[in-house]
Amino acid sequence: MSVDAQTVRRIAHLARIAVSDEEVAPLQGELNAILAFVEQLGTVDVSGVEPMTSVTPMAMKKRADVVTDGERAADVVANAPETEDNYFLVPKVVE
Amino acid sequence: MSELNELSLAEARDGLKAKRFSARELTQAHVAAVERARPLNAYILETPERALGMADASDARIAAGEARPLEGLPLGIKDLFCTEGTRTTAGSKILETFTPHYESAVSANLWRDGAVMLGKLNLDEFAMGSSNETSAYGTVISPWRRNGSEAAIVPGGSSGGSAAAVAAHLCLGATATDTGGSIRQPAAFTGTVGIKPTYGRCSRWGTVAFASSLDQAGPIARTVRDCAILLGSMSGSDARDTTCADLPVPDFEAAVSRGVKGLTIGIPREYRVDGMPAEIQRLWDQGAAWLKEAGATIREISLPHTQYALPAYYIVAPAEASSNLARYDGVRYGLRVPASDIVGLYEKTRAAGFGREVKRRIMIGTYVLSAGYYDAYYVRAQKIRTLIKRDFEQAYAAGVDAILTPATPSAAFGVGEKASADPVEMYLNDVFTVTVNMAGLPGISVPAGLDAQGLPLGLQLIGRPFDEETLFAASQVIEDAAGRVSLPKPWWA
Repeated sequence: MSVDAQTVRRIAHLARIAVSDEEVAPLQGELNAILAFVEQLGTVDVSGVEPMTSVTPMAMKKRADVVTDGERAADVVANAPETEDNYFLVPKVVE
Repeated sequence: MSELNELSLAEARDGLKAKRFSARELTQAHVAAVERARPLNAYILETPERALGMADASDARIAAGEARPLEGLPLGIKDLFCTEGTRTTAGSKILETFTPHYESAVSANLWRDGAVMLGKLNLDEFAMGSSNETSAYGTVISPWRRNGSEAAIVPGGSSGGSAAAVAAHLCLGATATDTGGSIRQPAAFTGTVGIKPTYGRCSRWGTVAFASSLDQAGPIARTVRDCAILLGSMSGSDARDTTCADLPVPDFEAAVSRGVKGLTIGIPREYRVDGMPAEIQRLWDQGAAWLKEAGATIREISLPHTQYALPAYYIVAPAEASSNLARYDGVRYGLRVPASDIVGLYEKTRAAGFGREVKRRIMIGTYVLSAGYYDAYYVRAQKIRTLIKRDFEQAYAAGVDAILTPATPSAAFGVGEKASADPVEMYLNDVFTVTVNMAGLPGISVPAGLDAQGLPLGLQLIGRPFDEETLFAASQVIEDAAGRVSLPKPWWA
């Protein structure tokens, strides 16, 4: 499978990365090189094989359903580019 | 006696214990070496004041007879581990202003044991690369050069700053991470030892995520013993990482001198790839001969799905990366490029903050996870991963204790030599290491010789899950037989 220029733009938008017109053609070439490389996986017989979900056999760890952390709003927003009263600021989303 | 920064970590530990020098003297020697080595660009951030403060605290503990396992030993930290109050960039412009309010589990374990932090080490952006040329903070230059040449050589990647700093005596050891070979390939390129432990041996908590089902932390150091000492401190269970194993940490250092008598070492025929340089083949044969002389049985084995590991990796790793890196949105931390609406803010921020290789991988990951392609790419790759792991399980079930392979398909290359338009050429560097991540196994790279141009070459040993001890034992045999690598004299100072 290979991607055309329109698909490159669609993927970029899904990935929330702005691409300029000049970037589309080189990206298309690079993505198609990678897709051509992974094409060989189509020749492997995977019938009856379970997809891997955990690389080491282990039971999911669970902890008691209790509050163990919190009251650190100032720490949470400390690295944010724009905040007000411990809220993250973004451009207006809802009219 | 040689300069203090030229001691091995074990020698420095013993010297501190015997009070032959102080932690401050040892740290000062490293701080001076780091300053002189700025042309190598191994450190993104030097923290000399913090280092000397920690060293003074260590001297006080040593004087009080309360020394901890790594007391006063100066280390470098890959800039992928969050360090509280110290900027952590992941090699990316998007995190240029990020100062964590928490400490990664692995680095916290090192400070708990008394180690000293010299600074944050350079890496490929978000650990995506095999040459350290994708860092937003500049390429790292290897301390190694080809015979009779002054051309700049790459240290490998993504842990290129870690490997270069260890090889150039800019720290006694360093933390690193390995998603497809990012500890073992730079170790092989710089004549150092690097181990990627079993998935789950070290907590991933507080380490910037690339591909969560493949990422593992581990040390790079100048000797097998030093790696064993560091891994012992870095590992351990952690409730904050649900994939971190609840297993006791063995005495890795004790395993170093176990030897290989009675062990069976597998030689996988599928690793004999087309176009492999004759000197790599000779090194591999030599490694097998050394292990045999030390009492191991050498057995040819088959790992039939080897060739599919790298292409499957380039589906699984980008898919996980596209998901993990969704958090860099210009809202919660890091770079923000203003726009009139929220989608524009995301798109412009990510376009300006991520480098080319990172964008490429996010986009491939987004594509293989998108509607209509998920089964054909992602689910198929995860099935192939099951087959790769099964290959190893069958070899171990048939009595193989560890597997010997070359670490890399060639010695280090020059800066800019692999800057072609085809990203796959760079990816092929990881052809021998990536299988290990796909199967979650431990793997170590140990220096075994030099190529015709005088650059180091490494051998890789792959172990059973949670059996790093056998890897330390077998790589010590190789280190003893090959002799310690003679590291480059400082042409940069």
